[in-house]
Amino acid sequence: MRLDIADLTVSLGGRPVVDGAGLTVPEGSFVGLVGPNGSGKTTLLRTVYRSLRPEAGAVLLGGEDVWRLSARESARRTAAVLQDGGGSGALTVAEVVALGRNPHQGLFAREGAEDRSLVASALAQTGMEGYAGRLFGSLSGGERQRVLLARALAQRPRLLVLDELTNHLDIRARFELLELVRTIGITSLAVLHELDLAVRCCDQLVVLSGGRVAAAGPVLNALTPAVLRDVFGVNAVAERHADGVVRVTYHASPLAATTPASGEPGCG
Amino acid sequence: MKAAREARPAPLAAAGLGVVVPVLVVALVLVMLVAACVGSVTVPLAETWRVIAGHVTGDLSGVDPAYDQIVWRYRVPRVILAALCGAGLAVAGVVLQAVVNNPLADPYVLGLSSGASLGAVLVITAGAGAIGGLGVTLAAFLGAMAAIVLVFLLGQQGGQVLPTRLVLAGVAIGYLLLACTSYLQLRANPNELRQVMFWLLGSVAGATWDQLRVVTLVVCLSIAVLLLFGRRLNALATGDEQATALGVDVRTLRIGMLVASSLLTGVLIAVAGGVGFVGLMIPHLVRLAFGVDHRRVLPLAVLVGAVYLVAVDLLSRSVDPPNELPLGIFTAAFGAPFFLWLLRRDSTLGAG
Repeated sequence: MRLDIADLTVSLGGRPVVDGAGLTVPEGSFVGLVGPNGSGKTTLLRTVYRSLRPEAGAVLLGGEDVWRLSARESARRTAAVLQDGGGSGALTVAEVVALGRNPHQGLFAREGAEDRSLVASALAQTGMEGYAGRLFGSLSGGERQRVLLARALAQRPRLLVLDELTNHLDIRARFELLELVRTIGITSLAVLHELDLAVRCCDQLVVLSGGRVAAAGPVLNALTPAVLRDVFGVNAVAERHADGVVRVTYHASPLAATTPASGEPGCG
Repeated sequence: MKAAREARPAPLAAAGLGVVVPVLVVALVLVMLVAACVGSVTVPLAETWRVIAGHVTGDLSGVDPAYDQIVWRYRVPRVILAALCGAGLAVAGVVLQAVVNNPLADPYVLGLSSGASLGAVLVITAGAGAIGGLGVTLAAFLGAMAAIVLVFLLGQQGGQVLPTRLVLAGVAIGYLLLACTSYLQLRANPNELRQVMFWLLGSVAGATWDQLRVVTLVVCLSIAVLLLFGRRLNALATGDEQATALGVDVRTLRIGMLVASSLLTGVLIAVAGGVGFVGLMIPHLVRLAFGVDHRRVLPLAVLVGAVYLVAVDLLSRSVDPPNELPLGIFTAAFGAPFFLWLLRRDSTLGAG
């Protein structure tokens, strides 16, 4: 479902963190939210899953203001995978994923056959079907993120919000996880820290800088050398290589980094 | 990561509620029956049963009046009160630990017991005339409610309840009120002092049927309400942000749970004094044995708490008959070593 954010302003501790930002996530697309630390990415995301009320501006999901919905109504439409959102780790995988059914269950509701089948299919979709009885805390980082993604899918959302989904994962798990989100095909807005991943996996990028949108659009339109220099402070270029994959090449700069070797899995 | 160290499943995590609950209910009934028999005068089980059955059916023919007096007027109310206290304090402990996200929280962490103590001690030492002719029970309840309201006001900011601030405010208010209570104790005469000590350490000896009506109603209602929130408390355990994204109105849930558990605790502390450790220890015991899913922990804590406190009350009057010791001595005497063992067993406690 299409997400429109317009003129969004959020202040934290009297300081505007998001300052008149606007963006659109078209139905069915995967949009990456990128920007340096402190540019307001996570804060903007919090207004989408109804955790932080904006001072001004609107967050419209399918034309409906999410801030007019209750937490429960909103969670039936929008699911979020956040950092450290797994709890203590002492619940089983099935119990963790079943939490995704919470917004669909009333106070007196018990887990029914439909809930169980949705949990099972969410686990299957994320390739975690054999893990239902395992303790969440016993899983590897990549497995945990898949389980949290399964929990989000069990919410049957029409928008997925992902905050640093691939943080702390090894390179292969990063590609696999983002590829998984793409194949699921739900409209997604993801805060991504790494431009390499963002350019390969996103349909569009929104570049935030100081709480404002510095650039937005298809990957190569958004991430111009000028944006890379002015916003990220690196001397770099994003370009489509002969194999059809978009990569960021960093040239000598204080933040120099190597590009990923070709032939890696996912998000081609 | 923090979670990785907790990878062992609880030993009884796989046991279904359909099995465990009936087993615990039977255990509770048995221990309550035994507790109704045993005391300074031991009444045979058959006689005890006849008295109870007689009162339930309304047919008291053939019941020994002396046994009737001991069992029905004196022991049954205290056994029921012990069960209600154990159940209520345990469930309030589970809820508070979840809501303030702190494994060391217990029902008294928010200053309830110090407020209640001050109210009670004020009436005991200054006489009933001190606060408009209130009895100890009502004064304790009002003291507890005044303390919690104060802690709430100090622990919130712009209507947002901040767990850590709440706990710190509770501890600070607790010390403040304790200072007042201690001062009053210093001025008390030995007889009053003994009464104060007994009250502070908790006792169900004074239970009466009149008092039980209100207490039973409040405890059963609060428990019934709190039991509905297991799934939401599980969601809350993923953190405030993630819980919001899972459809939980975190602020409303937190305030609602705090109000319900405070009311429950306030009533219990007013009638039974400061029974310590149950609200801290039973939740951990249940989690260690049955896993952390609140949909299981809440009902199991109710039953385990009830069994535990009935057993402790039984001990408190059978160790040195006909003298009775306050409950708080036993709950803490068992609770403290258990808690230390828990600390050593579970590396996540106190390390996170």
